[in-house]
Amino acid sequence: MENEVLKISNFSAGFGQSAILRNINFSVFQNRVTAIMGPSGCGKTTMIRCINRMHELSPAAYYSGEILLHGQNIFSMDPIIVRRRIGMVFQRPNPFPTMSIYDNVISGFILNGIKLKKEQKDQIVVNSLRKVGLWEEVKDGIYRRGTFLSGGQQQRLCIARALAMDPDVILLDEPTSSLDPKSTLMIEQLLEELKQTTTIVIVTHNTAQAARIADYVAFLYLGELIEFGPAKKIFTAPENKKTEEYLTGKFS
Amino acid sequence: MENIRKRILKDRLFTLIVIVLSFTACIPLLAILGFIIKNGISSINLDFFIHLPKPVGEHGGGISNAIIGTFIVVGIAFVIATPLSLLAGIYLAENKKNFFSDVLRVGIDILASIPSIVIGIIAYLWVVKPMKSFSALSGGIALAIIMLPVVIKSTEETLSMVPDSLREASLALGVPYFRTILKVIVPAGLSGIITGILIAISRIAGETAPLLFTAFGNPFMNLNVTKPVNTIPLVVFNYSTSPYEQWHKIAWAAALVLIAIVFVFNFLARIISKKWKTKF
Repeated sequence: MENEVLKISNFSAGFGQSAILRNINFSVFQNRVTAIMGPSGCGKTTMIRCINRMHELSPAAYYSGEILLHGQNIFSMDPIIVRRRIGMVFQRPNPFPTMSIYDNVISGFILNGIKLKKEQKDQIVVNSLRKVGLWEEVKDGIYRRGTFLSGGQQQRLCIARALAMDPDVILLDEPTSSLDPKSTLMIEQLLEELKQTTTIVIVTHNTAQAARIADYVAFLYLGELIEFGPAKKIFTAPENKKTEEYLTGKFS
Repeated sequence: MENIRKRILKDRLFTLIVIVLSFTACIPLLAILGFIIKNGISSINLDFFIHLPKPVGEHGGGISNAIIGTFIVVGIAFVIATPLSLLAGIYLAENKKNFFSDVLRVGIDILASIPSIVIGIIAYLWVVKPMKSFSALSGGIALAIIMLPVVIKSTEETLSMVPDSLREASLALGVPYFRTILKVIVPAGLSGIITGILIAISRIAGETAPLLFTAFGNPFMNLNVTKPVNTIPLVVFNYSTSPYEQWHKIAWAAALVLIAIVFVFNFLARIISKKWKTKF
């Protein structure tokens, strides 16, 4: 039996008059990669932004229903606590331009005013950078600005920044859409390793990517969850006709 | 072939015209600088910076009191205007579209277009009259009012350029909103903010009209902010309108010092905006 980390039930969200998500139900399991997949405009990004309560920051945003994190409704928790326990990586790498690589990794602590001892900081920085395979590449220039790195390196730095907070879940919103194929491959391999220790939710519009890395797939179409299940089953024997059409490239 | 040659010729001709015209625009600047340096440089020496003005008829003397006074008045304006402007600028950058920020924007535009002499009169009525004395403080307040819209605008513009992705990166780490602004947004726009402040300072350092009935002028050294104080623009105004040949020279020299100070601030602003610019 899989260990349930997130449970999304009867969840709807949108902006003002326009409903983006309607009555979504699915679960995210521990140490598994769950891919949210679907054509552009189907609400993938909105879905993932609801999970760490970033959605409600947009003007006129609304939501209803429940998202449970280890059984506790995140909408009854302090959003700041929710975001510390559920990390996020964005479409475009966004390291803090005023900070060094070192400070970027522990920026979650610095910006929150959490004081750490020098040894603790060093340990977190080295561990996080090792996890994302960036340590060997940057160890000689760790006090340089993070914005000097290449796009792929910056994105891994952003993943390291999220990992440094030791979150229960990491959300990735199309993390490879602005990267070259080599960096994309690197990040996919990295996610494979990371799921040993964390739980991952990834948004992608790339079915091949979902097939390569996902254990579970949620297929969204026009704001509705068409199908959810183990990746193997979705990709080999989808129950819904729409899923099959999408996977065979009839629409995208 | 003929056709292409004609085009190349036309292109060169047009480029030449553009270059000549843009240099023409610089002629007034060069003429003013040349004229002031020619008339002012002869009176400039060490005494000019460290001595007090002397009565008519006596040779020598300086404007040390006015130089110090300018820094006092501008310093007061800086201390009053900067925190207010930064807060207002941050508010406007963070609230692009709401009723209050629209009202604030219109208000700032109007404030920026009020003639400086009117601001001087207001400062006279609000500060000088109740305190029953001309003072450095009233001059500083008048200049602060002139400085406000300049710094608010530049702060708002700089902070609006900071990409939303940084704000999201910070919020997604569980950083509260006010910390995100103070520790991520403002540092990312810091060079632009400082540049704006320096430009505003160089603008108010040369203001004369509002100081006529606030700082007023003073032939002696004064460090007390509740008493009248001399400033360089006031020296230029008072000495150049006097009938004495010798005072005219001092006015030219004071103008040169004023321009030099303004240049230094402008130059600093340029360096900071280039060197410290945050790359996103």
